[in-house]
Amino acid sequence: MTIRQSRRRMLKGIAASAGVAAASTILPVRFAIGQAAKIKLGLMLPYTGTYAALGKNIDDALKLAIAEGGGKLGSRDIEYAVVDDESEPAKATENATKLVTRDKVDILIGTVHSGVAAAMVKVAADNNTLLVIPNAGVGAATGPLCAPNIFRTSFSNWQPAFAMGKVAAERGQKRAVAISWDYAAGKESTGGFKEGFEAGGGKVESELYLPFPQVEFQALLTQIGSLKPEVVYAFFAGGGAVSFVKDYFAAGLRKSIPLVGPGFLTDGTLQAQGESAQGLETTLHYADGLDIPKDKSFRAAFKSAVSREADVYAVQGYDTGQLLVAGLAAVNGDVGARDALVAAMEKTTIDSPRGKFTLSKAHNPIQDIYLRKVEGLENKYAGVAVKSLADPARGCKMA
Amino acid sequence: MLHEKSAMADGYIFLIQILNGVQYGLLLFLVASGLTLIFGIMGIINLAHGSFYMMGAYLAFSLTELVGNLWLAILLGIPLSVAIGLALELLLFRRLYRRDHLYQVLLTYGLILIMEELRSLLVGDDVHGIAIPALFDFSIRLTDTLSYPAYRLLMSAICLGVAALMALVIQRTRLGMTIRAGANNREMVELLGIDIGLVYRVVFAAGVALAAFAGMIAAPVASVYPGMGNQILIVSFVVVVIGGIGSIKGAFLGSLLIGLADTFGQVLAPQIAGMTVYMLMAAVLLWRPAGLFGRA
Amino acid sequence: MASPSPLLRALLLMALAALALYPMAGDTFYLQLFAKIMIFAIFAMSLDLLVGFAGLVSLGHAAFFGLGAYTLMLLSPQYEATSLWLSLPAAVSVAAIGALLIGALVLRTSGVYFIMVTLAFAQMLYYFAIKSTALGGSDGAYIYVKPDAAILGWRPFDLGNRVHFYYVALALMVGAYALLRIVLRSLFGHVILGIRANEQRMRALGYPVFRYKLAAFVLAGALAGLAGYLEAAQYGYVNPEFFGWQQSGSLLMMVILGGIGTLFGPILGAFALTLLQDFLSDEAIFHGFHKHWLLPMGIFIILAVLLLPRGLGGFALGGARPAPEIADD
Repeated sequence: MTIRQSRRRMLKGIAASAGVAAASTILPVRFAIGQAAKIKLGLMLPYTGTYAALGKNIDDALKLAIAEGGGKLGSRDIEYAVVDDESEPAKATENATKLVTRDKVDILIGTVHSGVAAAMVKVAADNNTLLVIPNAGVGAATGPLCAPNIFRTSFSNWQPAFAMGKVAAERGQKRAVAISWDYAAGKESTGGFKEGFEAGGGKVESELYLPFPQVEFQALLTQIGSLKPEVVYAFFAGGGAVSFVKDYFAAGLRKSIPLVGPGFLTDGTLQAQGESAQGLETTLHYADGLDIPKDKSFRAAFKSAVSREADVYAVQGYDTGQLLVAGLAAVNGDVGARDALVAAMEKTTIDSPRGKFTLSKAHNPIQDIYLRKVEGLENKYAGVAVKSLADPARGCKMA
Repeated sequence: MLHEKSAMADGYIFLIQILNGVQYGLLLFLVASGLTLIFGIMGIINLAHGSFYMMGAYLAFSLTELVGNLWLAILLGIPLSVAIGLALELLLFRRLYRRDHLYQVLLTYGLILIMEELRSLLVGDDVHGIAIPALFDFSIRLTDTLSYPAYRLLMSAICLGVAALMALVIQRTRLGMTIRAGANNREMVELLGIDIGLVYRVVFAAGVALAAFAGMIAAPVASVYPGMGNQILIVSFVVVVIGGIGSIKGAFLGSLLIGLADTFGQVLAPQIAGMTVYMLMAAVLLWRPAGLFGRA
Repeated sequence: MASPSPLLRALLLMALAALALYPMAGDTFYLQLFAKIMIFAIFAMSLDLLVGFAGLVSLGHAAFFGLGAYTLMLLSPQYEATSLWLSLPAAVSVAAIGALLIGALVLRTSGVYFIMVTLAFAQMLYYFAIKSTALGGSDGAYIYVKPDAAILGWRPFDLGNRVHFYYVALALMVGAYALLRIVLRSLFGHVILGIRANEQRMRALGYPVFRYKLAAFVLAGALAGLAGYLEAAQYGYVNPEFFGWQQSGSLLMMVILGGIGTLFGPILGAFALTLLQDFLSDEAIFHGFHKHWLLPMGIFIILAVLLLPRGLGGFALGGARPAPEIADD
C-alpha cells in the first residue's frame, strides 16, 4: 500500500465520520503469498551530519552486493524506503516506527550511531521486524536485547577495543587514559579497552568524555598532558576522528604519548588527517593491503561503481547485502517465512572482503581483529591482534 | 625537588587551561557582541544569529576552495556577509522593530530553518575541514608534553584586535555615541531627530559581519558542519544575558567568564560539565536581574 | 478576547467528533500520529496558559515535559509494567514540584530575562540528563512495557492497544481543555488576566501577584508533566532532548501559530504543524526534495507570522487584523 493511498484513507476516514457514508475498503497490507510483489527494504542511515560519509558508503556497498547478486532478492524485485537518521537518538524511535508501520518495510537495515541503533532494535522487537545492523556496535543488540530477528554484519564495540587493550598490555604498557564521546558506543569502547588492558596487567587511570558530537578537545587534551599516561586510547569516528587526531598532533602530544584506538579513528579520514595520522596504530576487523582475493575484487568493483576508495563501512554494507542475498535465495524470496529465513542467515558463511566469517549464536560476526599502522593514505595491515574473536554476548538468551 | 617540579608543572597546566578558556571566550565574544548590539539597539531577539556564524564558516570553506587562500577568502567573505546582512534587514528584520518579542522569536526561528536548508541545497551535508594557513601551522612547546597551536593564539589576537576596534568606535566616534544612546533610550534618540533607521542598518550589518567573521576564522580548528550554529547560539544568548543587554563591556566580560567556566568545568567537575554555563547564568540573574552591566 | 461565533463553535465540535470517530476507519500509523498530536496539544495548551493568559513567555517549558517523562522511566521496572494509577500522579507531581521550585526562582525576573532564565533551567536539566548514567545519558532510555491500567484485577483499558491509547489521549486532551477553561473563568483566572494587563494595578489592589503567577506556573508545569508522561508511554522512550530548547522552541511555534490566548488555538497549532511536517517530508509527494522539508516549513512560519499575526485561532475568532503592538519590557 503506497503512502498516497494511506493518506487518502486518512482523509476518507474523517469524511466518513463527519456523516458522509463512505465505504473505506481496507486493502491488504501486503500480499501474503505473492511472488510478484517487491521486497521492501527500509534503510535508516545517516545521510547528514558527522557520520554522513559512513552512511553513504554503507548504502552504496549494500546496493553493489545486491547488484552482484543479480539485482533481486530471491528472484524478487526490490524497492527502498530511505530515512536520514541524522545520528540523532531522539528522533530514532519515530523514524524507525515510520518505516515499519507507515512504509511497512519487510526488512529494516541500519545504522551507524549506536544510540540510534538501540531504538531500531526496540522497534524491531516491538513489531517483530527483521533487522540487519551494518555498523552500530551497541553491545545490547547482540547482548541482552538479542533476538532471532536481529542480525549484525559489522562488530560489537567491545571487539576491536578489547583487542587493542590486549595489544597495549602485551607491550608492557601499564598506565593509560581513555577518551571518547559520552554515549553508549563511547562507553562500550573504552570499557572493552579497559577489560583487555587490565586483564594484561595495566590500569586505565582516567576516562575522559565529552558530549556527542562536540569537537572542542582543548581542555581535555591539556588534561591528558598533565596526567602523562603511557598510552592514550581514543574512540571517535567520522568528523570527530578527523578533529581529534589533528588536535592531538597540534597539541604536541604525539611526540611523547602514543595514541591508539579502534580503526574508526583512522578509517575514511586519512585524507583529511594528513600528517597528523601518520604512524598511528589501530585495531579493526579490516585493513588495507589484506592478501585476500575477495578484498581485491571488492575494492576494484566499489571504486569503479562510485569513484571512492572502499573502507570498513563499505565492507560492512557489502556484507549486509551478501547476507540478505544468501538468506532470501535459500527461502526463494519468501520473506514471510521468518524461521526458515533466520535459520538460513544463521548458517551462512559470508565471503567477506575482510576474510570469511560466520555469525555467533547471538548473531554477531566471529572474526579476526587486525593490527594496522597508518602509512600514507592507508591503514596498512600489520599482523593479527586477536584471532577469531567473538563478542562475549553477555546477557543474550540465545548464546 | 620533585615536589617543586610538579607544583611548577601544575602551575603551567593551570595557565594553559586559562589560555584555553580565554581563547574560547574571545571567539564567543565576537558572536555575542553582534547579538547584544542587535538586541540592545534594535530591540530584536535574533535566534538566527547562530546561522550567521555557520554562514561565515561555509563561506570561508567555499571561497577557500575557489581562491585557494584562507585570508583572501576572508577578505572576500566579509563584504559578502555585510551585503547579505543588509539584504536580510531590508526584507525581513525591518518588519520586526516594533513587534512583540514572540513574533521576533518566531520569525527568526523560521529563518534558521530556511538558512539550514539553503546551506544543504547549495553546499551539501558533508562535514568539511579547512587547512590551517601554512604560515601558522605550527605549535609552540609549553611543557614537556604539551604544545599550543599557533593558529589558536592568532585567533585570540585577532579577536582582541576586533574588541579593541569596537571599543574605539563605541567610545570615540559619533556613531558609537549614537549607538550607546540608542541602547540606553531609543525613543529619545529618535526624538532628537537622528535617523535611527540608518543606525539600525549599520548595527545589523555589523552584527552579521561579526558573527560571520567569527565563523570564518574558527573554521580551520572547529570544522564546518551542519547545525554548527545551534551550539554557539545558545551560549551567546547566555553571554548577552549575563553581560547585560546592549553592553559590549558586559559581553566581553561575560564571554571570558563563560569561556573559563566551561573549560574548568570540563576538567574539575566533569559531572556537571555543560551545566556550569547555565548555572552561572542563573546565579548572575538571580543576583543582578538585568545582567552585570545592564539597565533594569 | 472575542468569543467564538456559533459557526466556529459548530466547526470545532464537528472536528472533535471526527477525532472521536477516526479510529474506526484509521490507519495504524496515523492513529499513533494523531495520538501524539493530541499529547502535544495538552503540552501546547499548558504553555498557552503561561504565554497567552499570564503573559509569561517561557522558553524552558520543556523542563516539566521532561520531568514527567523521566519520572515514568524511573518508575518502570525493567521488563514489567508499572501501575498507571501510581505513576501518572507521581509524574504530574514531580513536574509540579519542579515548577514550584523553578518558578519560585525565575518569577523574580521579567521580560527578556525571564525568557532566558527559564531557558537556563531547562538546559541545566538537559545537561544533567546527558551526564547521568542512571537516566541513560545522551542515548536516552527505554520503557519496555507500557503502564498497566489495572485496578484490583480489572483492566478498563490497555495502553498497549493503539486504539485504547488514542482514546485515552483524546479524553485527557478534552479534560485538560475543560480544566483550563474552568480555571480561567474562575476568580483565579480573572486575577491572572488582570496581572497580565497591568501588574502594578493588581498589586495596588492588594493581590499577592507573585503567588498567583507561581500558581499559574505550577499548573502549567503539571499539565506539561502529564504530556511528557503520555509521550514517554506512547513510544516507550525518553531522551535528554525532551528537556531541550528546540523542544521548547517548537512548542512555542505551535502556540503562537495556533493563536495565543485562545486555548483552542494551540490545539489547531499542534495539528497544523505536525501534519504539515508529515506532508512536506513525504517522499511519495515531493520526491527528491522531501529531504529539505524544513525550507518550505520555515517559509510557511515566516508567512504565517507576517500574514496571520494572531495565529490560526485568532484568525478564526476575528480575522487577520494585525496584532496590537506591545510595548517593550
